[in-house]
Amino acid sequence: MGANQAETPVKTVTVKVDGCTVEVPRTTPNWLGKQEPTTVLQACKHAGIEIPHYCYHPKLPVAGNCRMCLVHVGMPGRPGPDGKSPMNEDGSPKIFPMQLPYEPQTPRGVIGCATDIIPGMEIYASSPETRAMREAVLESLLINHPLDCPICDQAGECKLQEYSVDHGLAESRFAEVKVHKPKAVDLGPRITLDAERCVLCTRCIRFTADVASDDALGIVNRGNYSAIATYPGKAFDNNYTLNTVDICPVGALTSDDFRFQMRVWFLKETKSLCTGCGTGCNTVIGSRENRMYRYEPRQNDAVNSCWMCDAGRLDYKWIGRDDRLAKVRGPKGDTAWPSVLKAISNHLTKAGVGSVAIVASARQSNEELYLLNKLAKHFKAPTDSVPRDGEADQLLVARDRNPNITGARLTGITTKRVGSKLAAIAKGIASGKIKTLIVYGEDVTQHGIGVKLLGKLKTLIVSDILPSATTKNANYLLPGCAHAEKRGTFTNVKGRVQKFSKALEPPGDAIAEWEVLHELVHNVAGLDEFDSIEGLFNQMAFEVKAFKGAGLKWDSLGDKGADVKL
Amino acid sequence: MSFGVPKKLEREINRLVKNYPEKRSAALMVLHALQEEFGHISLEAEQWAAARLNLQPINIHELVTFYPMLREHDPGKTVVRVCRTLSCALAGSARLHRHICQRLGLEADAPGLQRTKDGRFGVEYAECLASCGTGPVMMCNDDFYENISNDGADEILEKYDE
Amino acid sequence: MPKEHRLVLKHADEAGYTNDIKCYLKYGGYKTLKKVFRLKPKKAGGVVVTPQETIRSEVLASGLRGRGGAGFSCGLKWNFVNRKSGKPIYLICNADESEPGTFKDRQIIHKDPHQLIEGMILSCYANDVKLAYIYIRGEFPEGARILNRAIDEAKGKGFLGRGICGTRYDLEIHVHRGAGAYICGEETGLIESLEGKRPYPRIKPPYFPAALGLYMCPTIVNNVETLCNVRNVMEIGADAYAALGTAGNTGTRIVSLSGNVKRPGYYEIEVGKATLGELIFHKNFGQGLRDGRKLRAIIPGGSSSKVFRAGEKFDIKSKDKWGEVVEQKLDLLDIPYDFDTLMKCGSMSGSSAIIVLDDSVDIVESLGNLSDFYAHESCGQCTPCREGSLWMAKALKRMRSGQARKGDADYLEHIAHNIQGRTICAFGEACAWPVLSFVDKFRDDFEKRGAEDEARLAKRDGEATTK
Ligand SMILES: Cc1cc2nc3c(=O)[nH]c(=O)nc-3n(C[C@H](O)[C@H](O)[C@H](O)COP(=O)(O)O)c2cc1C
Ligand code: SF4
Ligand code: SF4
Ligand code: SF4
Ligand code: FES
Ligand code: FES
Repeated sequence: MGANQAETPVKTVTVKVDGCTVEVPRTTPNWLGKQEPTTVLQACKHAGIEIPHYCYHPKLPVAGNCRMCLVHVGMPGRPGPDGKSPMNEDGSPKIFPMQLPYEPQTPRGVIGCATDIIPGMEIYASSPETRAMREAVLESLLINHPLDCPICDQAGECKLQEYSVDHGLAESRFAEVKVHKPKAVDLGPRITLDAERCVLCTRCIRFTADVASDDALGIVNRGNYSAIATYPGKAFDNNYTLNTVDICPVGALTSDDFRFQMRVWFLKETKSLCTGCGTGCNTVIGSRENRMYRYEPRQNDAVNSCWMCDAGRLDYKWIGRDDRLAKVRGPKGDTAWPSVLKAISNHLTKAGVGSVAIVASARQSNEELYLLNKLAKHFKAPTDSVPRDGEADQLLVARDRNPNITGARLTGITTKRVGSKLAAIAKGIASGKIKTLIVYGEDVTQHGIGVKLLGKLKTLIVSDILPSATTKNANYLLPGCAHAEKRGTFTNVKGRVQKFSKALEPPGDAIAEWEVLHELVHNVAGLDEFDSIEGLFNQMAFEVKAFKGAGLKWDSLGDKGADVKL
Repeated sequence: MSFGVPKKLEREINRLVKNYPEKRSAALMVLHALQEEFGHISLEAEQWAAARLNLQPINIHELVTFYPMLREHDPGKTVVRVCRTLSCALAGSARLHRHICQRLGLEADAPGLQRTKDGRFGVEYAECLASCGTGPVMMCNDDFYENISNDGADEILEKYDE
Repeated sequence: MPKEHRLVLKHADEAGYTNDIKCYLKYGGYKTLKKVFRLKPKKAGGVVVTPQETIRSEVLASGLRGRGGAGFSCGLKWNFVNRKSGKPIYLICNADESEPGTFKDRQIIHKDPHQLIEGMILSCYANDVKLAYIYIRGEFPEGARILNRAIDEAKGKGFLGRGICGTRYDLEIHVHRGAGAYICGEETGLIESLEGKRPYPRIKPPYFPAALGLYMCPTIVNNVETLCNVRNVMEIGADAYAALGTAGNTGTRIVSLSGNVKRPGYYEIEVGKATLGELIFHKNFGQGLRDGRKLRAIIPGGSSSKVFRAGEKFDIKSKDKWGEVVEQKLDLLDIPYDFDTLMKCGSMSGSSAIIVLDDSVDIVESLGNLSDFYAHESCGQCTPCREGSLWMAKALKRMRSGQARKGDADYLEHIAHNIQGRTICAFGEACAWPVLSFVDKFRDDFEKRGAEDEARLAKRDGEATTK
């Protein structure tokens, strides 16, 4: 994963989709990114037509079990003994719509997800024959389905509901007793299964076995009594389980975190990034009335495919915590931004070279770190940030749990050995050389600069979003924003620079750090004009070597980011 | 987990596993061997088999719940399987099944395997046993019987009822 | 006079014939094997023909068709095997015999196991197979023991194992037992089962066994009787074998006859040399129905084949011996029991199992019995079959319990149509065809039930409301 699928298809194949001639790539990347012959389903997608499907998922091995993607197709005839293919009178190749071999009057479908296209093939994606096949599959799926949409979390995102509306019959002919299966089965600490809603597409099984490498799910019993299950007494609890909730095409798998909290169609969606580690999985924030309800992974094949880890996904509750810092505080208590900014500016303007140190956080954006470094350069202040190491796994999770350690390095805030300068800063404070400490987003008391040392400082300026021993001792406290409350970019451990957007308003007085820093840098160091995050980014991209080397521009980052050389 | 298998069975299983280029292939044969030894396949046995074949327990559980001949619970000392499919039905398998159930004090119309209280017999319907020309037919454990009258059934059951 | 022609079962039921290797050798067993293993590469028209190629072309020329159900040419199937993949080629003997009505492989396995082993060795040799399996259904524990013993005996004599018959050819055969699942007879389900997974049939394309079979290697799956016939082809030669039976339907075939006939049993005939009527009524075969009974229906090729109604007539086209297309009128009982004619008449010989239903039989009840089988045996992997097989069984159960409705014939047809041709494996057809054909041929029976039940229920409701 991660690498770009650079292999470009060399050839195209001409097929007809619903009567329109289209040229589609001969090959298309399979779930592992390897080029393979384009399938009927993919060809239709290239032509802008979606073939309904349940079991097919572009990032999972093909199963072909749901039969929802059945389409009627026509094939060019095989060359006869003379080597010539059968022709129509007008000289065009004769196309034979497929029929059941044992019942020539009945059309025969192929599954779009596993049938390769061949030149000249005609795909009747929306013909009555195809529609009849779809309706039949839907009818079959619905006969034992509880049809409890009004209380189902998936309502609004459910492919069964969606396809029933688009393709289904008004009324099922089913006149028998439904099969009952277990409802509300605890599959693991984060997931509940409703076996009656399950369409047995096996996406969840394939995901956990083939992507997450944890063969934890299976099907028990057989025939119509089949059901998804874990081994008795064994919890489905790897760090990727919640992805199965995303890919479950119906409401069979639900997240305990999100269950019954909110109808999905009420949610506002904002593109964001996970801050749980240096991988920077692309996400979508689901929010409503300034409250965040969930993260969902956003597809980015260069970073996280369609997935994210459970730890990262559930790492958002701090954003809405009640004890968020929301007030600007000066030496004399609560105050307002203009006065505090003025005071800090005045103070820093007077500060002597070598008397200031800065501890920044690798959880801050590139832009913020860039500005902090500018400030630092002004008084030749030592800077550093704080390491946060964990263990990497085989799929997504990076060893470095800071979302922007690379940005901190590239902007010059820290070095390869993150935190190695903290001891020197502590020493400088102890010796009285360092009189002013600026801390962004970290509790330095946990990293060798204890409360006692902090007491030795003349001035402690702290920006954070949650209270800590450091914020408690601040002379100036500047409430900041969570990434979900502002805009900016992170650079992941592999050098991918990616944007995140604003989903929520910050609490109280809190203001995005980059705005505050912009003001300070302007006042203290004097800096050229820019009045937006775009302008700031572009300026940074011009000045920071690695960014410049990659020719980054805010606009060209797009939703999926761009790589810089590390 | 203190599940263990006798040395002899372990040797047998080692031999079976060698018959396949991939260990997982031996799953069914290993389960047959375990069931022969223990009468059914407990969760502990499933876990043992999974570990022996480098699999996850769910891989084995999926099999045990799929195949009717593999038993999650003790099916009784003698398992009687009466063929219920068409040819045998035409030859009187319902009559035979009812007779056997009555004799053993079991509910003939209840679905699934019915086990006597003393655990000596389990009776169930099976699908076509591939001897349709000599119906009705049935199996008692590994033994096969054909053209069974009610009296014949009594005689057969007596053999197993010692 | 139609009579049996025993080739595969030549000795099986002879007095004194036993299933051990001593007896088999005494009757000329493994002679063919030794003969074939003596074959040397030949030069024909400047190209070298290997012994393997010789066997394969003999089998192709014999016209031998698969005896497992589909009746596909054995030689052609072998030709499709990808021999250039660099991967090992596997052969699996399908001894899952589970198609209701079929009990022929059981006879071979129990009575003449060495014939199968010899056929397998020859087939493996012909296809450079070094490792082969016999997948035997779980309900044949005795059969599995017999085969295991036969394998040990053959090894003891040097017909199996290392350096067979003094050549440098090695082969191992292992017996693998199923555990009660009809779907393990479907070749890709069988392969999955043999790999230790749930026997979920694979999607084709891309997983054709000839290229991506067992362990994703080229694999041949053949029925027990087919493999025995490979031995017989090599014994008597392709021409002699092809002279048996009829054109395009060569050799002999074991027919399993069951249901309402006086003398059910297995009968080996030259393919096409006995008619349905003869098989049921002739004194050499079924000897007719029980006294006073009339024929109602014939299921001609195992429970999955489409049923015939007594008295049906067919117009079929066939080629005469000069290749001219001729039209022919055929009465049901005059259908020659072969592969092609039964197909032209809208059904198939399938596993060559005839189930006879007389006029004492309730049609709805019989179909219900079969539908219960399919509902129980559907593996549950793909939607139309998983849902549809149980749906049909439930509908029939309702009809059998006095709750039939007038529209039930159409209702059943609708469900079956939603299955056939839409599934991963041919089980879809197998479960839809009985329903489609029973409803088609015996619509009156279904409609009558519906009308009666509705009338009775309406009357009861009426009484309830007037009370
Ligand atoms: C549902 C289903 C069940 C089958 N069961 C059997 C079986 O029990 N025995 C068998 O030989 N073939 C069975 N077949 C046919 C096999 O798939 C396969 O075609 C056959 O073993 C090939 O052997 P042959 O070419 O020698 O006939 C079954 C097919 C289907 C679709
Ligand atoms: S739980 Fe969802 S993803 Fe899993 S098989 Fe069922 S429908 Fe598919
Ligand atoms: S892998 Fe890292 S970035 Fe991705 S979701 Fe998990 S914690 Fe977040
Ligand atoms: S058709 Fe039936 S038996 Fe075959 S794969 Fe589908 S569900 Fe399984
Ligand atoms: S999408 Fe399920 S069969 Fe193609
Ligand atoms: S129907 Fe009973 S053995 Fe075949």
